[in-house]
Amino acid sequence: MTGPADGPESGIAFLLNGAPVRVTGESPTRTLLDWLRETRGLCGTKEGCNEGDCGACTVMVTDQDGSKALNACILFLPQLQGKAVRTVEGIAGPQGQAHPVQSAMVAHHGSQCGFCTPGFVVSMAVAHANGDRAHDDVLAGNLCRCTGYAPIIRAAEAAVEAPVPEWMTADRAGLAQLAATEVPGAFRPTTSEELAEWYLANPDAVLVAGATDVGLWVTKQLRDLTPVAFLNGIADLRRIERQGDTLRIGAGVTITDLRAAVQDLHPSFAEMLRRYASTQVRNAATIGGNIANGSPIGDGPPALIALDATLHLRRGNDRREMPLEQFFIEYRKQNRLPGEFVEAVSIPVTAPALRCYKLSKRFDQDISAVCGCFNVTIADGRVTDARIAFGGMAGIPKRASHAEAALQGHEWTEATITRAMQAMAQDFAPLTDMRASSAYRMKTAQNMMRRYFHDLAGVPVSVLEVEA
Amino acid sequence: MSIGKPLPHDSAPLHVTGQARYLDDIPLPAGVLHLAFGLSTITCGEITAMDLSAVRSAPGVVAVITAEDLEREFHGIPDCSPSLGDEPLLTSKQIEFHSRPIFIVVAESHLAARKAARRAKIEYREAPALLTPEEALAANSRFEDGPSVWTMGDAAAAIAAAPHVIEGELEVGGQEHFYLEGQIAAAVPGDDGGVHVYSSTQHPTEVQHKVAHALHLPMSAVRVETRRMGGGFGGKEAQGNWLAISCALAARMTGRACKMRYDRDDDMVVTGKRHDIKVRYKVGHDDEGRVLGIEYVHLIRCGWSQDLSLAVADRAMLHAENCYWMPNIRIESHRLKTNTASGTAYRGFGGPQGIIGAERVMDHIAFALKKDPVEVRRVNYYREMGDVKTGPGTGKRYAGAHSPKAAEPEVQTTPYRMPVEDFIGRAMMDELLASCDYWGRKAEIAEWNAGSPVLKRGIAFTPVKFGISFTLTWLNQAGALVHVYQDGSVHLNHGGTEMGQGLNQKVAQVVAHVFGLDAEKVRITPTDTGKVPNTSATAASSGSDLNGMASKQAAEAIRDRMAAFLAEKHQVTADKVRFEDGMVRVEGAEYPFEQVAAWAYQARVSLSSTGYYATPKITWDRVKGQGRPFFYFAYGVAVSEVVIDTLTGENRILRADILHDTGSSLNPALDIGQVEGAYVQGAGWLTTEELVWDGKGRLATHAPSTYKIPACSDRPRVFNVKLWERPNPEDSVGKSKAVGEPPFNLGISAFLALSHAVEACGDGSVYPDLRAPATAEAVLAAVDRVRAGHDFSAKNRGNADA
Repeated sequence: MTGPADGPESGIAFLLNGAPVRVTGESPTRTLLDWLRETRGLCGTKEGCNEGDCGACTVMVTDQDGSKALNACILFLPQLQGKAVRTVEGIAGPQGQAHPVQSAMVAHHGSQCGFCTPGFVVSMAVAHANGDRAHDDVLAGNLCRCTGYAPIIRAAEAAVEAPVPEWMTADRAGLAQLAATEVPGAFRPTTSEELAEWYLANPDAVLVAGATDVGLWVTKQLRDLTPVAFLNGIADLRRIERQGDTLRIGAGVTITDLRAAVQDLHPSFAEMLRRYASTQVRNAATIGGNIANGSPIGDGPPALIALDATLHLRRGNDRREMPLEQFFIEYRKQNRLPGEFVEAVSIPVTAPALRCYKLSKRFDQDISAVCGCFNVTIADGRVTDARIAFGGMAGIPKRASHAEAALQGHEWTEATITRAMQAMAQDFAPLTDMRASSAYRMKTAQNMMRRYFHDLAGVPVSVLEVEA
Repeated sequence: MSIGKPLPHDSAPLHVTGQARYLDDIPLPAGVLHLAFGLSTITCGEITAMDLSAVRSAPGVVAVITAEDLEREFHGIPDCSPSLGDEPLLTSKQIEFHSRPIFIVVAESHLAARKAARRAKIEYREAPALLTPEEALAANSRFEDGPSVWTMGDAAAAIAAAPHVIEGELEVGGQEHFYLEGQIAAAVPGDDGGVHVYSSTQHPTEVQHKVAHALHLPMSAVRVETRRMGGGFGGKEAQGNWLAISCALAARMTGRACKMRYDRDDDMVVTGKRHDIKVRYKVGHDDEGRVLGIEYVHLIRCGWSQDLSLAVADRAMLHAENCYWMPNIRIESHRLKTNTASGTAYRGFGGPQGIIGAERVMDHIAFALKKDPVEVRRVNYYREMGDVKTGPGTGKRYAGAHSPKAAEPEVQTTPYRMPVEDFIGRAMMDELLASCDYWGRKAEIAEWNAGSPVLKRGIAFTPVKFGISFTLTWLNQAGALVHVYQDGSVHLNHGGTEMGQGLNQKVAQVVAHVFGLDAEKVRITPTDTGKVPNTSATAASSGSDLNGMASKQAAEAIRDRMAAFLAEKHQVTADKVRFEDGMVRVEGAEYPFEQVAAWAYQARVSLSSTGYYATPKITWDRVKGQGRPFFYFAYGVAVSEVVIDTLTGENRILRADILHDTGSSLNPALDIGQVEGAYVQGAGWLTTEELVWDGKGRLATHAPSTYKIPACSDRPRVFNVKLWERPNPEDSVGKSKAVGEPPFNLGISAFLALSHAVEACGDGSVYPDLRAPATAEAVLAAVDRVRAGHDFSAKNRGNADA
């Protein structure tokens, strides 16, 4: 990588286990994991998969908004500018005092081979500091092959009442000393104005928001990203604003923050976002990235399309907007001009009939085989509006227009549902891959229509809500 | 007392703080080089041209090693196979499976090696690949000349005479180990031509043997060290050879330390996996469900190399009857050779593949007879220990016409003629069914299902009987080395390896017990072929049994010398000297252990000893399939409850209740950890863990993004695990039983519970015929199958009425 020469004001400044560091001379796509292990000799953080799916590399990252767990394997060094990193070595106190989750993990036999354990400990310690007791969600992104998880959960439960050690909350006070610096070889704007100007001049650049997808271009495809811009310093893209009956969500809003924002407005959407990847990934991934990357299997777009979301694009000083569904043209091809980027997406604040169904081989931390989102308005027993969108059924997130037409204006009855299910066969020709066969995708997409009917009628339809 | 204490894993404080060193964390000499394989991009065929110039010129590359280089430098291509010698490290011609290693890149960094490896330009002539078991069977592509066939009684005649016959086929997928720490090795060249190898392996002696062979060195010139693995599960019994050999060769060629680790994707495409299997069965049974005659055909996909497949396939046959007496049985086992990744050791080693066949048969009979599967199992169980007379004098019972009818029933034998003398499945079953309220819950579930149109619940019981010992009899031996230093501290070394199972802690507890010390007084040291030679793999659940006994013998030898010394000092016999509570007591006097150690040293008493153990009683003729291959059996029982969504097939385990036999547990906390973890791993095998090969023989599920092991929320929300702590009737270490593999099989109960839930969607006319893994897609297919059957029979009834 070439870039501005390293000077006294260049480098990436962050806190590492409480002590300030300034990283210079590194490629902007060096991952935190590799740097920790190979350069700093901090080997407690492990590489299990190098793609953000196993959590063995989990670290705690603190900024002004708080502390969160992130996967160090798909976290590039420039993303850490101005933040604080705590690795497993920094979860114990400065004099080696055990953190309560560490003691509990020993006492409850939460480690066997121990290789995943540092990642678990960090995830648990972050949740402990944040008062988050949804242990299954906290740990959905940490894989363990030995224990069957039961003792780890017992440990997490045992530690919840222990006070948060003071070193776990000390990092935020130290952030002020981390002066903004130039990141050699990369562009790191702090406003969307700067980004708009730069991207217009560098339309071939790779924009990195959360790096949960682009990270794999580097760690798996072994690509060099040049030129590259890191967007996580842009505060204005992280805003969520209520504007009358709509909610405008900045492109840089993480899935974690989006989930919190729609928890009360669209609980079914929020529940699907609970199963969107894992805690570590949701803490990094942004809704703008989820849209702009154009994946046919992203979970955000089907729900947003069902909500009739409006997409806000910006190119230099030009702005335009469109219904989100018009952004997706065909597989990996979007209605986006060179130098144009996603600035925000707007959704209505009410949609009481919205239901989002995510179907995957495993419930947590898995990519959808089919993601079906239904938003049907019924008045006096008749369908007055129907928006149904799917992921995983075509090369793009796509509406089931034939099924919608079969509903529109008809009585909301089982017979109508059956006709809509039949009509859906004309909407999609899904593919067969390692996640599901074409026939299964079609069948379950149709069956989701029936599930929706039962769901609105109050019939239990989720295996997640059944207890022994 | 150190034995029996629920102590934490000895490394737990290191695990939770990140201080526990795995191989990749070990500081190596400056200038260490990093290796990566260049892999084939076809599945079957030959290399026609290879241009590696772009690899050689890539940044950071120090050397590229090809098959020709090895021919030239080492007079041949080293073999990596644990068995047949059919795994040449590199190839210049033949490609047997997709992503087969072709060349080695040696570079200044791991990333540089990986990047360079992808720059190869290789041309191939592709040949048609054999991918499925059926294709291999049709082509007669197999290991050994023909199928292995073992028989007892006359299965065909018994089936022909039986009042009922069922037939079926169960397809069971393979499994990726997904140890969290990928395969890794390092080699440091010595100044004398020897080499010091670090390997994440369950089998250091095998690595030593293979490296010595590759470098044309005596084994004494190769030292292999293994401190701990980040998980093994069988995947590091043989698969680590490739990396260790590569590192040793590269270290020899460059004179520098070399390290190699697979990226996760490479690990998943290159290394072996659990064998998938098709179990075909034909069963004659009576009205109560008693199996009168049974014929099994096992189609086992072994992949491209023999690896450990013969022993794996044997063990599937050895467990084909599980807990059930099957006096008329025929088992035919085909070991099929295909152009897929090798089948290798994986927790259970074929046993689970055999057991699930037996469990499927019980379930299928129960369905056919509309009986509860528990009752069918009960009538087929082996006779319970205590109900049978065993031991000397009972082998040839007089059974003349005038013998009393109420004579003690004789011991029953397995299909391979081993007497089953320790069966406790009935008592365990009765206790578990009562404690988990099986019958009450079953009734409640039926009622719930009647009122739930979309969701259906299911419940199932599964027992397991698992044979303990290597079936390759000579592997059943172990060595140990114990030192007591003059300050009373104890150093322990044994031939077993630590992969998370807590072996070192258990063995330390055994040694501490001998000396009357706390376990923490015993220093555990890395497995090292220079300390204990000629070790067996830490496998077959045998680690504690073998190494615990060998270490006990070593410790006892030292203790006896210390006792003799102190006895002489006190003018008593040695049996009057007792080691307990950190003290040595004799005739009213007591001394701290360290004091006695110091005195013994000054009195010139040797305080170091090796120990050795060979498992007694076992004999085995694998060709005939007859003998006593196992020292004893370990047992377990489980009840699982599940729920399915009949619209999507989504499913989850709601509750599991387990009672597992560990004998007198050496450490109940570690044993419960093994049982919990094994159950979840076993359930994963049969539910979400699906290996998908595409039509060209490429593994499509080569990373955790696509291959789904159980995540946190997949564990049963209610998870009750208890140990059945009755002493092992055989003379095992501390009267304990092996625990690594047996409880893996208890995950089968989750699979059968899913089948039961699917049954609830039909009218009982169509068997669900669920395949494994029971992914959501497989469950939905089964639901549709029983519903179609339901509709079909309803239609037929309708027609008949009309």
